[in-house]
Amino acid sequence: MVAMAVLAAVPLITASNVVLNFAVMVLLIALVGQGWNLLGGYGGQYSFGHAAFFGTGAYATAILQMRYGVNAWLGFGVGIAAGALVGAAIGALSFRSGLRGSYFALVTLAFAEVLRIIASVAPITGAGVGTLIKLDLRPEAFQFQSRAPFYWILLGLVGASLILVRVIEGIRFGAYLVAVRENEDAAKALGVDAMIVKLGAMTISAAITAAGGCFYAQYFLFIDAGIAYGPWISVEALLAPIIGGIGTVFGPLLGALVIKTLGEVTKLATGDAPGLDLVIYGCVLVLVIAFAPRGIAGIVDDLRRRFRSNATATPAALDHGRG
Amino acid sequence: MAEPLLRVEHVSKRFGGLLALDRASFTAESGRITALIGPNGAGKTTLFAIISGFLRANGGSIVYGGAGIAGEPPHRLARRGIARTFQIAQPFTGLTVCENIAVGAYLSRSSRANALAAAADVARAVGLSDLLDYPASSLTVAGRKRLELARALAIEPRLLLLDEVLAGLNPSEIRDMVPVIRSICDRGITIVMIEHVMQAVMSLAERVFVLAEGRIIAEGSPHAIASDTHVVEAYLGRGAANRLLAAGVPHA
Repeated sequence: MVAMAVLAAVPLITASNVVLNFAVMVLLIALVGQGWNLLGGYGGQYSFGHAAFFGTGAYATAILQMRYGVNAWLGFGVGIAAGALVGAAIGALSFRSGLRGSYFALVTLAFAEVLRIIASVAPITGAGVGTLIKLDLRPEAFQFQSRAPFYWILLGLVGASLILVRVIEGIRFGAYLVAVRENEDAAKALGVDAMIVKLGAMTISAAITAAGGCFYAQYFLFIDAGIAYGPWISVEALLAPIIGGIGTVFGPLLGALVIKTLGEVTKLATGDAPGLDLVIYGCVLVLVIAFAPRGIAGIVDDLRRRFRSNATATPAALDHGRG
Repeated sequence: MAEPLLRVEHVSKRFGGLLALDRASFTAESGRITALIGPNGAGKTTLFAIISGFLRANGGSIVYGGAGIAGEPPHRLARRGIARTFQIAQPFTGLTVCENIAVGAYLSRSSRANALAAAADVARAVGLSDLLDYPASSLTVAGRKRLELARALAIEPRLLLLDEVLAGLNPSEIRDMVPVIRSICDRGITIVMIEHVMQAVMSLAERVFVLAEGRIIAEGSPHAIASDTHVVEAYLGRGAANRLLAAGVPHA
């Protein structure tokens, strides 16, 4: 709650577009990453193709507005639904075939790539040229003069996704999802319909990530196949929760903050050398998996626990804890 | 005699060239403990996997509570009241003991509070109360076996399939576990147990079926089984029964 209030105040403190742009990208990756986190972190199904949902949301919003004159807000909702539908379809196909682990990751990557290729040649998506959303700075058209309203809407979406995941954690569906992650056969023996549980998680996961795609289209007013269905978004969707703390509510937000900060620092330091941010991400990912498999949230948890036990321990132990 | 809760008839299972089960049949009387014994590789676990829906038989029928259940998926059989434990314990290692058991308890309860409360009750019944908040990964072998049992009980089964819940335990742990199993049966749950610990089979089971090379070779009371020539030979090799008799070794 406190974190949310602080984040909500950001546009009041600064009007700098650079800062707001940065904050929007952090929140966007946090949202997309939360989608991945529900399926990957809680359900243990590691998708490498969340771009499929992000891109579907983005294209659905853009195409509905530009080709069919649909209201942007309505398009936003339809975009989320379309993403969820794609998620359910890919989920049904891959889970029904019994794909687990790296096979599931590969097949989701393949689906995203197929969609990217289709989007880069199909006339309806604007093929290689991409789709431009006409500038129309009215709130009814989901476009605003300043970046602050965008930021608040995105913050609201991130907040909603946090609450949704927290709620899922506390209900039967969440317990079943984690059980499937931990041991699918044992879960089945206890009456868990693993197929339905995974499919449900994938559909909700896809919907959350598609919301990120819809937002991206409205914010930047331009998408093409490489942006919407490109591997970059699949990679960032999984990096954020893994670095931040996989299977935790706040992991994606923490991770998004870290990778976007690192990305900006890299750009400043190297003068925007292309691809270098990915190299840095890769290094951080290796470090996290090797030394802090539970991510930043895990480190925070450990520190807090150590602090609490130190509070009752001797001052000598406190000194040790600081080192 | 009343209709048995479980009737397995002429079930066969083939893995490529290996006939793991060859028209195996047995029954489990309602409210009783039935044991399934046999040498390693006899097909006992395969038979359990078929009854609980994890494997599909190549032939034969399984009747449970008057209905044919062959070919139904595991989660649906669990909802019908068939619970199983795994020979190699399969805990949800990332969860606490209580959360592990709660996954089972959720089957008949939708609220988290109720599921956790029911899990605590089941934990008490199997002697895991003190370990509720420990991660499942921290349990000893004996603890994991109890957890397997607790999770299976949490779905409130009518039929409980226990796959070697005593294997790997030391004699004192076995002594602790036997009354737990008996108390489950006393609550009206029908039990079929695969077990190598004969001391426990003798004291718990009312009826024993012996599986060897995929076939049921003997059935009867534990004492009758222990002195059955076919059974002794299945374990110790052809002619062993006669050699033992000749040497004057008394049977158990």
